[in-house]
Amino acid sequence: MNMSIVRRTSVFAAVLIAGLAIALPNSTFADEGTVLAAGPKPIDPEISGEEHAVLTQAPNVPPPITRKHATKVIVEMEVIEKTMRLADGVEYVFWTFGGQVPGEFIRIREGDQVEFHLNNHQDNKMPHNIDLHAVTGPGGGAASSFTAPGHSSVFSFKALNSGLFIYHCATAPVGMHVANGMYGLILVEPKDGLPPVDHEYYVMQGEFYTTGGYGEEGLQGFDMNKATDERPPYVVFNGSVGALVGDKALTSKVGEKVRLYIGNGGPNLTSSFHVIGEIFDTVYPEGGSQASHNIQTTVIPAGGASIVEFKTEVAGTYVLVDHALFRAFNKGALGMLRVDGPNNALVYSGKEVDAVYLGKAAGGGETERRVTALRAEVAQEIKNNPKIANLTKEIQIQKGKSVYMQTCFVCHQPAGEGVPNQIPPLAKSDFLTLNGRNDIIRGVIAGRTGPIVVNGKPYNGTMVPMSYLTDEQIANVLTYVCNSWGNSAEPFTVNEVARIRQESPAPTAASSFE
Amino acid sequence: MRKSLQFLCLTALLLGAVRANAATDEAIPEGMARIPSGIYRPLFRSITDPVEVRVNEFCLDALPVTKGDFLEFVRANPRWQRSQAKRIFADENYLRDWAGDLELGPNANTNQPVVFVSWFAAKAYAQWQDKRLPTTAEWEFVAAASSTRADGENDPAFQQDILRWYSTPAAKELPVVGKSAANLWGVHDLHGLVWEWVADFNSAAVTGDVRNDTGLERQLFCGAGSVGAKDVRNFPAFMRYGFRSSLKANYCVHNLGFRCAKDL
Repeated sequence: MNMSIVRRTSVFAAVLIAGLAIALPNSTFADEGTVLAAGPKPIDPEISGEEHAVLTQAPNVPPPITRKHATKVIVEMEVIEKTMRLADGVEYVFWTFGGQVPGEFIRIREGDQVEFHLNNHQDNKMPHNIDLHAVTGPGGGAASSFTAPGHSSVFSFKALNSGLFIYHCATAPVGMHVANGMYGLILVEPKDGLPPVDHEYYVMQGEFYTTGGYGEEGLQGFDMNKATDERPPYVVFNGSVGALVGDKALTSKVGEKVRLYIGNGGPNLTSSFHVIGEIFDTVYPEGGSQASHNIQTTVIPAGGASIVEFKTEVAGTYVLVDHALFRAFNKGALGMLRVDGPNNALVYSGKEVDAVYLGKAAGGGETERRVTALRAEVAQEIKNNPKIANLTKEIQIQKGKSVYMQTCFVCHQPAGEGVPNQIPPLAKSDFLTLNGRNDIIRGVIAGRTGPIVVNGKPYNGTMVPMSYLTDEQIANVLTYVCNSWGNSAEPFTVNEVARIRQESPAPTAASSFE
Repeated sequence: MRKSLQFLCLTALLLGAVRANAATDEAIPEGMARIPSGIYRPLFRSITDPVEVRVNEFCLDALPVTKGDFLEFVRANPRWQRSQAKRIFADENYLRDWAGDLELGPNANTNQPVVFVSWFAAKAYAQWQDKRLPTTAEWEFVAAASSTRADGENDPAFQQDILRWYSTPAAKELPVVGKSAANLWGVHDLHGLVWEWVADFNSAAVTGDVRNDTGLERQLFCGAGSVGAKDVRNFPAFMRYGFRSSLKANYCVHNLGFRCAKDL
């Protein structure tokens, strides 16, 4: 067995050397930097000049290409295995192209000749390679770039097709290499370039299969069973929960054009990419050259990409989501785009009217309308008198719970625990007992902003006004919150809420989701 | 049912082996474990390779070769000292964590596994010891055993345990050998310490046909990696195959060591 293997290896070596058809001295054969390709490379008449690619970390994108000819582009990329933050208090050993997830953004032009250097850091445990979907040829470069730790590979390809492509590691088991973060985007600009825009951003979705559940703290391992069952605890943009929120949000100004290069590394899930409150003026579906217009949600397959463009017309914060919504609210697939500038009331008014709506039946003739109005008056009378309505504290708590689960839980969390450093807890909250009832009601109606201290911990965020809730809804939800998770208080009444609403100045800005 | 039969057979074989060799236990060199004969089913194979490989009874080092062991070797074989080794047999990373030809360095421990060694160097060491490198079949057969059963590959907990090593950051300093529990055959550290050279490390990837550009079997890449694999859930085995096929015989890698085998 042993002998036959040795023989096979030397036969391989012999054939390879023969194939080189150059008189290589034997001693250089296995040297570092051995040239394995046969003969001198054919010369591409289209190519003139040479440059090093500018690579950027998400959400940044290299500058547009201004040259009008094809060139030789040298790309140097390093594979690094490193421990990084996946969520607050949660760490993971990521396998990365360039030290971050997603990998560095590569920008070239159709017709360019790319000389790709893949360097596998010497401290890495695993061999890696790269399959660029922009490559035409078997394996997309994977076989030619297969590299042991502490080694480098070089291969070349010509960018025949323009478009936005993903690249990923394709070493077995490929799913695990991708699940650990080994993906990124390469843009091949068409020969005439892309129309100019004010901002370009790089966003990539991917899911993580941690041994622990969502938010379970500590260094998390890769869970093979969750991966094969496609049950990721995390679905995130740009490699971690919160990579695109708060001060890391994408930004634009009113009237500017934004282009997003969106990729989906997967490895398993297809993304239903949506920006809440925006319509994509133009989408290049799946990163191809055909433009579609006026798109609400665009599908991005695992191992695919999409280019979306839109003009930001109205100031506010826009939320990027995978519209498979449990991924957004429960697994981390949320990002933000903050648009600054004056409000444009022509396009979006903000809240103008807050009225009781009794359904379509309220329409019809004068008499019908009068009857409806009277009914509403009676209903209001009953509501205002808990005794008549038999609106006990228990019923208020029940009703309040449903309000909470539609409105409040996204931030304050289902059990009122809040989010560390970001959203104050409601559970066992000393803030609720230290501040008067009126102040609590006012907070819901008018919102709250600036530094506060809850249970000894400082928070400095913004709670948007919830003035669109009815007095009854506010009374109920406060009764629920102040009688749940260790809190205790008298029920809140509709009259109490109505009185505070009278006193509170109407919110000036449109509600934004922040 | 088939599995349990297999296990019974293996157990019977083992017991038989133990009985048959009870008298010749002195023949087992010190520091080696007797491995009973058995059947290994390759994860990857070409059409011409057999589905099953019979592994004959042999001995395997219970521990990886340590820096201390290797220091003795280079002392006795100056041509394998760091400054003397030919680049064709060991690349420029050869023993790069050592302080010199015969110095391990101030922070090194003689009980750490030797790393940054090439296949040629490992082979030379084995010959010097009157041993040889294990084959892939032998190594995989032994490494398939957990501490309680021969077919650890079918034990999800054992597999997840192995995966944990791949998803933890590399330790700043290599642990010493022999800290992990022995497996069913009395062999330590097959998982979770360092990768190990085998005699035929490139047999899964190098095809018989060398006309294609790199000589690498395309099957190891991407989704195609699962074509022809006997057990697509055996992620650790995929990674070992992947690692081995990324190597050339003169490569010296920071977490790649070896251990020796010997025929009985």
